[in-house]
Amino acid sequence: MIRIQNLTKTYDRNTVVNDVSLTVDQGQIAALVGTSGSGKTTLLRMINRLVEPTSGQIHIGETDAATIPPHLLRRRIGYAIQGHGLFPHYTVGQNIAIVPQLLGWKPAEIAARVEELLHLFQLDPGQFRDRMPHQLSGGQQQRVGVARALAARPEVLLMDEPFGALDPVIRARAQADLREIQRRLGTTLVIVTHDMEEAVTLGDRIAVMDKGVLLQYGPPAEILTRPAAPFVEALIGKSERPFRLLSLTPIADIAEPGSAEGPALPPETSLRDALAECLWNGRDRLAVEGGGVVTLAALQARAEGAVR
Amino acid sequence: MIARLLLALAALFLVAFLLSPESFAALFQPLTKNGAPPIYTQTALLSLTLSHLGLVALAVLASTIVAVGLGVLVTRPAGAEFLPLARVITSVGQTFPPVAVLALAVPAMGFGAGPTLVALFLYGLLPIFENTLTALQNLPPSVTEAARGMGLTRRQRLFQVELPLALPVILAGVRLTAVISLATATIGSTVAARTLGEVIIAGLLSANTAFVVQGGLIVGLIAVLIYEGFQLAESAAARRTGQRLSD
Amino acid sequence: MNDPVRSPDITTSLPPQIRPPKTRSQPGFSRTGLLFLALGVAGLCLPLVQFKANRIVLGEGFLLPAALPDVGWAIALLLALILGTALWQRLPLMPRLGLALLGLAGTVLALGFAAKGLVPQGNTIARAAPAAGFWLLCLTFALMAADALSRMGLSRPARWLALGLSLALIALCLGSGVLDQTSVMVEYAARADLFRRSLGQHLTLAFGSLAMALVVGLPIGIAIFLTPALRRGVLGALNLLQTIPSLALFGIMIPIFGWIAANVPGAAQIGVAGIGIFPALMALFFYALLPVVSNTLVGLTAVDPAVRDAAFGLGLTRRQVLLQAELPLALSVILAAVRIVLVQNIGLAVIAGLIGGGGFGSFVFQGLNQTAMDLILLGALPTIMLALVAGVALDLLVEAVSPKKGNQT
Repeated sequence: MIRIQNLTKTYDRNTVVNDVSLTVDQGQIAALVGTSGSGKTTLLRMINRLVEPTSGQIHIGETDAATIPPHLLRRRIGYAIQGHGLFPHYTVGQNIAIVPQLLGWKPAEIAARVEELLHLFQLDPGQFRDRMPHQLSGGQQQRVGVARALAARPEVLLMDEPFGALDPVIRARAQADLREIQRRLGTTLVIVTHDMEEAVTLGDRIAVMDKGVLLQYGPPAEILTRPAAPFVEALIGKSERPFRLLSLTPIADIAEPGSAEGPALPPETSLRDALAECLWNGRDRLAVEGGGVVTLAALQARAEGAVR
Repeated sequence: MIARLLLALAALFLVAFLLSPESFAALFQPLTKNGAPPIYTQTALLSLTLSHLGLVALAVLASTIVAVGLGVLVTRPAGAEFLPLARVITSVGQTFPPVAVLALAVPAMGFGAGPTLVALFLYGLLPIFENTLTALQNLPPSVTEAARGMGLTRRQRLFQVELPLALPVILAGVRLTAVISLATATIGSTVAARTLGEVIIAGLLSANTAFVVQGGLIVGLIAVLIYEGFQLAESAAARRTGQRLSD
Repeated sequence: MNDPVRSPDITTSLPPQIRPPKTRSQPGFSRTGLLFLALGVAGLCLPLVQFKANRIVLGEGFLLPAALPDVGWAIALLLALILGTALWQRLPLMPRLGLALLGLAGTVLALGFAAKGLVPQGNTIARAAPAAGFWLLCLTFALMAADALSRMGLSRPARWLALGLSLALIALCLGSGVLDQTSVMVEYAARADLFRRSLGQHLTLAFGSLAMALVVGLPIGIAIFLTPALRRGVLGALNLLQTIPSLALFGIMIPIFGWIAANVPGAAQIGVAGIGIFPALMALFFYALLPVVSNTLVGLTAVDPAVRDAAFGLGLTRRQVLLQAELPLALSVILAAVRIVLVQNIGLAVIAGLIGGGGFGSFVFQGLNQTAMDLILLGALPTIMLALVAGVALDLLVEAVSPKKGNQT
């Protein structure tokens, strides 16, 4: 759990983060969104004290972050950044082993952990452990970057635009993988992004920041349906809001009894994909696997609800 | 491949010539006039070469230690204030002619190896310092940021990340210094340092071209070998990190 | 980090890891100031001037207060005060520069008057030479001035002006006669004609070899740019030429051109000779070739392919593309080679003094032979000045013709 209270950062007379308070519960994902210069990255970097707060408090679990020397604090917190930041002169295995080594783990323990993480991220240890970072593809480098951040089993993981350098196709895949791994390990995750789509896909809660101020902090559905300020509304993008909202809900939620022609969709398909299917193929109802249908009328009603 | 072979041949020739200069007398005979000796025998060429190399090695080692230390210092927060000054000194210092530095060291140190050593040391500082500075300031920001974010201390960052990544560029600076020093050391003989310059100057004084050529040949060959050796080390260091050398 | 050298506010251009931490309490004084103070105080504690009964013997050193009986203490105090202000972090740059220049002037004047006082009237044998303290004080104040100047981030015209003003100040200082009794100026007075001739020879060596290198090197550079197959061979040969130590190259030129002058008909008539300035000129020319050729090649290769494509697309011939697009764009890189060559050759021309080629080197080596420090200085100081001025001036020129940042990606 991360508890941030009245956090402020001032450079000279310039307030970059202004009196922000928020709590991220154990095992949850908080996505910080905002334009560049909104203070989201500074807020993130204050959590592991890469930036020292001017005032305010941060608690990681029950510990006050200000009471631990910064480098020791950072060894407890995973950190992954855009462009991965892998040490180019270390092998993949050595990169993942950095923090465990700093913490003084035994060599056998470290080797086992490296193996485990490479498996977790679908990189064959025999093939990848001794490669140099520049011999990997962009997607592989990014995965090693996240594996390295998770190496010492941190209770908290901080990510700054971790997928920024990836192309859109790989990015979707990487997001899904991250979400799955995060759920499995139960790590508390704070991720900075400028991409609302990414925030909606990943975040259990979204924090919208502008000019250093936290405008709104809530679950994606709330942010989309009840934007608290004109800025939040602008950030979501009015025309795309219905689609974003539809992408949050699986069709199982609005399935009605009945039957329809054509192949059945899996129940976890999002409303958005179902709507696309209807419009693309000119259908007014679709079958759902395991029985029931979704109707075009119901989908439209949901989308209109979002606009209102 | 052919280049490698030529280098090996050059090294072989150099060793053979230094071990037994007299066997090559016929080679230098056409360069002499009026029955002058073709090979410099006043002091053994091997001993002059070793003394020359020793002087250069000592100076380059000292320059490397001091210049890298200074480069590290001005890139730490405590030394950052010295950075503009250090830059000015480097760029101005590099315009100082090596011969002038050598000549100016004489009154302070007297004749002999001393002033040569000091001049080589001072002149050698600049390329290494400049390269160290460039390398430490142009590290990939994502890597240094990640190192900090993972909780490496300042010292750990310096020794485990910054210096290893800067190594190829620092080595290029040392190479430059070594090659310049090798040539400049010959001028040290004008202030009575024991270097291969003695052979060349003897040739100049007695108008014996054979001496001039053999002195120049030995220094030139050693310079080529050192240059190539450093380049091998640099590209090995760079290849490890997936960087490509630009020059 | 594009242009760290001339950035006016250093802290904003530093990467984050070396930016001074804001939260940590800063010391109340300037650390560079502490260095200046230490250097300067050492300078004040060492002899300012050395009095010698003649120019060869070791002399007796005088501290500043002792060297100037009446006002020595006052001047030393003034210099110490100026050094003290270096510690004051908040002092604006302009007064800082002014104080540094005042310190420099004070030091030089003190030396001049001390020399006048120490050398008995009419005595032409005794010498008053600048000693360690003088050099250290000059170094300190010059560093203070340079530090202030570099932090000011002056515009290009202002830097030209600063260069001109410093030269004018030096000329004023030497011309006013204040320093006439110091040893170096005494040596100068004794051989003013020879000095002027040496200056002419030195400039001929440096600029003549540069001109020759440009005339020969530019076409070679263009040729190997147009014919890539030639590159390896030409650059390899020139590289090899550079590894020959200067002393030997100068030496080898003598017999080679002596033979040519004697055996090639007409060679001697056009000035080829194995003695005098000619062999030295040729040696410097050979050293200058590599920078000119390789920078021409680099400059031409670095031209944006889009520009080249566009030029050909507009229907320009190969020759027109070269003259109207590629060479103008490569100018700054070629000019950078001119800087390298000029500074390098001004320094190397000293060696010509060893083979009878003239120039300031003749003073340096004559001084070394006679253990006459003042004579060494008479050769070394103007050489350093020439190299410095050439370096600064050409840096400014290179900057002026460099494409503006932002136009290039």
